[in-house]
Amino acid sequence: MQIELQEISDHLYRFAPFDALPKESVDAIARRIEVSYFKAGSDILEAGATIQDLHYVRSGAVEIYRRNGELYDRLVEGDLFGQAGLLRSNKVRFPARALEDSLIYYIPADVFADLCAQHDAFADFVEAEGNSRLKTAVEAQGRASELIQLKCRALISRPLVWVTSDISVGGAARIMTEQSVSCVLVMSPAGLKTAEIEGIVTDRDLRTRFVAVGLNADETRASDIMTVDPVVIGSDDSVFEAMLVMLRRNIHHLPVVHDGNPIGLINLSDIIRYESHSSLYLVNRISNQTSVEGLRSLLRDLRGTYIRMVRDGATAHMIGSAISGIGRAFTQRLLELAEKKLGPPPVPYCFMVLGSMARDEQLLVTDQDNALVLDDSFDPIQHDSYFRALATFVSDGLAACGYSYCKGGVMATNEQWRQPLKVWRSYFDQWIEKPNPTTLLNSCIFFDLDGVFGKLELVQELKDLCARKASTHPVFLSAMARIALNRTPPLGFFRTFVVETDGQQKRIINLKGRGTAPLTDLIRIHALACGSTAQNSFDRMDAIARSKVIPPEALKQLRYALEFLSMVRIRHQADALEQGASLNNYIEPERFSSSERHNLKEAFQVLSNGQNFLRFRYPSKGRF
Amino acid sequence: MKNLKKQPKNRVLDWSAEFETLAKISVNPLLQKFYQAGAVSALAPIESVQLLAMDVETTGLDSQSHSIVSIGVMPFTLNRICCGNSLYWVIKPSSELNEKSVTFHHITHAEILDAPVFSQVLDPLLEAMAGRVIVVHYRNIERAFLDQAVRRYLGEGLKFPVIDTMQLEAHFHRQKISWFGRLIGRKQESIRLADSRSRLNLPAYHAHHALTDALATAELLQAQIATHYSPLTPVGELWN
Repeated sequence: MQIELQEISDHLYRFAPFDALPKESVDAIARRIEVSYFKAGSDILEAGATIQDLHYVRSGAVEIYRRNGELYDRLVEGDLFGQAGLLRSNKVRFPARALEDSLIYYIPADVFADLCAQHDAFADFVEAEGNSRLKTAVEAQGRASELIQLKCRALISRPLVWVTSDISVGGAARIMTEQSVSCVLVMSPAGLKTAEIEGIVTDRDLRTRFVAVGLNADETRASDIMTVDPVVIGSDDSVFEAMLVMLRRNIHHLPVVHDGNPIGLINLSDIIRYESHSSLYLVNRISNQTSVEGLRSLLRDLRGTYIRMVRDGATAHMIGSAISGIGRAFTQRLLELAEKKLGPPPVPYCFMVLGSMARDEQLLVTDQDNALVLDDSFDPIQHDSYFRALATFVSDGLAACGYSYCKGGVMATNEQWRQPLKVWRSYFDQWIEKPNPTTLLNSCIFFDLDGVFGKLELVQELKDLCARKASTHPVFLSAMARIALNRTPPLGFFRTFVVETDGQQKRIINLKGRGTAPLTDLIRIHALACGSTAQNSFDRMDAIARSKVIPPEALKQLRYALEFLSMVRIRHQADALEQGASLNNYIEPERFSSSERHNLKEAFQVLSNGQNFLRFRYPSKGRF
Repeated sequence: MKNLKKQPKNRVLDWSAEFETLAKISVNPLLQKFYQAGAVSALAPIESVQLLAMDVETTGLDSQSHSIVSIGVMPFTLNRICCGNSLYWVIKPSSELNEKSVTFHHITHAEILDAPVFSQVLDPLLEAMAGRVIVVHYRNIERAFLDQAVRRYLGEGLKFPVIDTMQLEAHFHRQKISWFGRLIGRKQESIRLADSRSRLNLPAYHAHHALTDALATAELLQAQIATHYSPLTPVGELWN
């Protein structure tokens, strides 16, 4: 006769990972459960003892410790423990003690082994420290990976149409009409290699650079009106990367190259078919606005795009890139409008963005962080009034569009951050050669930098300087590490509280300050250490992987943790937006689902391990 | 250990000697075998004793006129309750199932139609009980009904040591209420299974399924020992 322990199986069935098992399997587990009661304060598992069962908290609360006595976790009804020991040598890894009177259900080792063997989801869930749970969560949430998986070559629908640079504009126009294309590649007469791509001519170029200017069709060469040295994309690059390039550069055509040869062209409409959230359209609309009011009116579309991306299952990397691309488009358009109002700049300049926009990791709640890098011919007396006006116009415009003023004053309106390249060089030299944690604390933000408008080479020089210099200045890296270690993740959650590593409980968590920010901080340091000029955290991790500073497995975990933490933050912002609530990074633990709690806990653990590694690699010298 | 002093001066029963005698005087081989398995010494510390939580559901409260409809048993020790070795039977009662008790234990006429009669489960039941101390919540039911059922079938009764979790609970929560207490309307605390469990922070279970109640009783004893006694308490101070 089958003995039913309904009371036990019903309870198991309410909690992960049992909730995902077939009912019969849960009933079968219930029939094998063993039970024990523990008075508050009594030991449940002692370090080094033999462990034969998976432990399940039926009621009460349990504290898990590291072997050095540090609190590791605080568990409640429905939580599991002991899996780490079961999976390795059947010795208790983390001692456990009853925090309240607790009833523990034991799942015998053979049942545990069968469950792991038969149910992948169960195995993933209990894989202690394996973070495969985080991996599973990250993979499950990135459903709209079509943009990432699809390669650019899949979008090429026709053979490449090209002309040589000595052809007349009339000849080029005829070929474009015959072939019914909106764009041709202009090649050097010498050959058809990628290296010989000289430029690109689009319908728009024919209108704006030729017809509107009133040139002669037979005397003008294609090379006279082409865009020189166009950005190209590899045939194996993802459609997502093509989208990023278009977003960042606000261009609509991309030559695709394969093995050193151009093989085709893709355009905006090819990509938009795959991109349902229309961030590219928005960028296009931004660049057509003629006033700050017009730009401001697009704020609602920005929010709509954001929510659509989140609901479509876009990854954090995609969302961060798209939102940053949109932010750049706002900035670029404001600069164009400013130049229109103020006239052309007296000396070349580059408008530099810092922080999350430079990293392509911007979300909706964000400050503007920017600066002006001016040509060294800049003379403050003659030129500064122009650039001050330019900076003010852009900064006010950005504030009107929802990018609030930087509380720390990191804006081009601040004279200190509106300087010629040579001054900027001296700033960075100073920061790197004579690091002082106090001044660095405020200037850390400058180590995520990117030019968005103007003479981009000016900012590229600063990026190169950082990459070259930082890696050879260990004292600087140590100072940065000290700062990065100021912000630590919490331990986890307990009922409706955030649990700190010292056991204290708080009602609210800042998911940016305690999660994504310290994570990007530590990634930045490793990236600087290996001389990378990459700014995006995921790109930086690629660079770190190549330099092998961090073991590949640990790096993989950092990726999952960053993606997961970012996604939780992004989703909560999208929820708040839909509910009309104000946006911030503070979240009450009760708003996390139980699986989010588990995964957050793991992500915090990965961050904590990463910080320990940083501490070990850059030990405090006691002075700077 | 501190609570030992509060324990009433129980006559410490020597079930071990009692079983030796019963093994000799009983006639039925089933009962002989049961008694021969012996009873643990009254001095044995409770943590070393093999226990068996038991619950029987009946058609009524009078063992003379009512019958057993289900039995659940759950073997355990102070450290572990083993659901894997639990047993549960629905039994065809010798008296009619009345409507009132049906609503109580949820066993319906349809379920008992194909159920065995008590004599068919006696063998495995005695085997499960052999060598163990029985743990129940309110001993009068289990003891009386089993004794009566065995007597009806074999012509001789059944005796066994019992730890009664309700009695333990009464000892700690049924102190005599003073005249002043009565004056201000102080009420006796409930010592029903669910209330006793809740006092010791054990979760609420659905009552009146014999096996769930057996599990609930086993957990309650673990909690009572952890709260009020030492694991070294001699079993003789707990049983009767």
